[in-house]
Amino acid sequence: MSAVRSYRSLALRYIAATALTILFLFPIYWLFMISFKTPDEIYSVPPTWVPANFQFKNYAVLFQDGDVTAVWNSFVVAGTSTVVAMFLGTLCAYSLARSRSGGAALANWIISQRMIPPIAVVFPIFLLYVWLGWVDTYGGVILLYTAFNLPYVIWMMRGYIMDIPIELEESALVDGCTQWQVLRRVAFPMARTGLFATAIFTFVFAWNDFIFALVLTRTEVTTYTVQVTHYFGGQSNFWAKISAMSVLGTLPVFIVVAAMQRYLVRGISLGAVKG
Amino acid sequence: MNAASYSKAAGPGEGFVERHFKAFTLGPAIFVLLLIGLFPLVYSLLVSFQNITMSEQNTSFSGFIHYARLFQDTRLWQAVLHTAIFTLIALPIELVLGLMMAQLFLDRMPGRQIFVALLVLPTVVSPIVAGATWSLMFDNRFGPINQIVGWFAGQPMPLLWTIKPTLVYPAILVCEVWQWTPFMFLILLAALSNVDQSQLEAAEIDGAGFWRTFFKVVLPAIWPVMAVAIFIRALDLARLFDIIWALTRGGPGTMTETISIYSYTIGFQQFETSYTAAVAFLVIVLLSVIVTIALKRVGITR
Repeated sequence: MSAVRSYRSLALRYIAATALTILFLFPIYWLFMISFKTPDEIYSVPPTWVPANFQFKNYAVLFQDGDVTAVWNSFVVAGTSTVVAMFLGTLCAYSLARSRSGGAALANWIISQRMIPPIAVVFPIFLLYVWLGWVDTYGGVILLYTAFNLPYVIWMMRGYIMDIPIELEESALVDGCTQWQVLRRVAFPMARTGLFATAIFTFVFAWNDFIFALVLTRTEVTTYTVQVTHYFGGQSNFWAKISAMSVLGTLPVFIVVAAMQRYLVRGISLGAVKG
Repeated sequence: MNAASYSKAAGPGEGFVERHFKAFTLGPAIFVLLLIGLFPLVYSLLVSFQNITMSEQNTSFSGFIHYARLFQDTRLWQAVLHTAIFTLIALPIELVLGLMMAQLFLDRMPGRQIFVALLVLPTVVSPIVAGATWSLMFDNRFGPINQIVGWFAGQPMPLLWTIKPTLVYPAILVCEVWQWTPFMFLILLAALSNVDQSQLEAAEIDGAGFWRTFFKVVLPAIWPVMAVAIFIRALDLARLFDIIWALTRGGPGTMTETISIYSYTIGFQQFETSYTAAVAFLVIVLLSVIVTIALKRVGITR
């Protein structure tokens, strides 16, 4: 009797889970489908739910017009800033975790820098960049992304390093290793999964950013997020381009996040949950 | 590792690094952090005492005119109100929905990983893409939302979701809740999974019902993690920009303008440089205070 009931409850839960999944994935499905539709299918009343045949013309247009440069820009900017932020941030995190440098006050100050609204930060930065001539340059955008991602990297890596048993590092020091050698040969290898997971999420944050790129880029360093908004017109929107560009920007994120599933909770909860 | 390998590996520059190890590890990161941690604060303060607008480039000391203007700027306080409304409506919905979803997936369920992996996808989409997606979904003629609404209404419903004053808030909130409920869900699912099973069993033996167990045992157990999730989401909502930019750009009129949208408008479209600096300074100072207090209470530092 209770076995029957538990099977029934499991079945009901499957039905609810499936319904929820369909509900949450439908907008993504819709976005992806538009990118495969012909203009007739996009602008049809009632809307076309499934395109008659999947054609890649909407993507081909982006490649022909050179709009995909925006995806490349996103990659360069997010990639470079991630590498720099990971390098600087992990060194800093090691010091915070092991030498207790600056104590809780410094750690708190660092993480609080991530909480300030970007618009308030980027406005004075913009004025500075205008003065320096750094607006719409790779260097300028990369520098800001690096600075903005540093708190996250430091915070996460501090947590991952604190999870490593300190005894290994202590015995390496006793054996005559320098602090730098301990860092490079003991702590870094031990924290490599944390390093990798943090790097991936740092990259995704920079890749998905819109507001910094909106303010600091014009034509040369336009990222894919800004490019998407360029297709919104006053009267008519370029639906095919909006969706195709969005898919190009979203698909890589889906792939890396699927690969990082195990670290996702810890990554997005700022380490509050250790997955 | 022994002394011999140490002396072999030690390069010429290593002594310097070793002597200044702390400065070497902390210094570069802190220096770069000052670009966002100190410079905006100082420079906003400086510019806010000048008088730079589109027509004027007066860099001499202008006193507190821009700060006085803050108090008379009804549009600013409207924007603060809008931001508060979005936060106070979206956050509880995301929290409760996320909790319910987490509860659904809590017990043993083969294939759960696949569901979870699919359900979190909205959260990792760029917010601007999420906004763009929903603006296509909400299109009055070619979007599926009006079609679905029409099925229930029994007649075509050409609703102007991103234009009509009564519909813009629901439209933005739907997008916001869609994107961030999975965030709450994922974190709360992890928190619920970590609740001590023996405590739950003890409550069951004592004959406590579902709600009693939830409030007396489960909620206190998941609260530390839940507080962090609420904290992160509240601060994200305070800076709400992307999805509104994609859906309404603050319109109709200034109806959905948030603090971030308003700051962008006065700074980058009306070129009220000094006034925007005053707003930015105020926002940085106020949020720094709030964040500092909240960080202590949330106990995120461990």
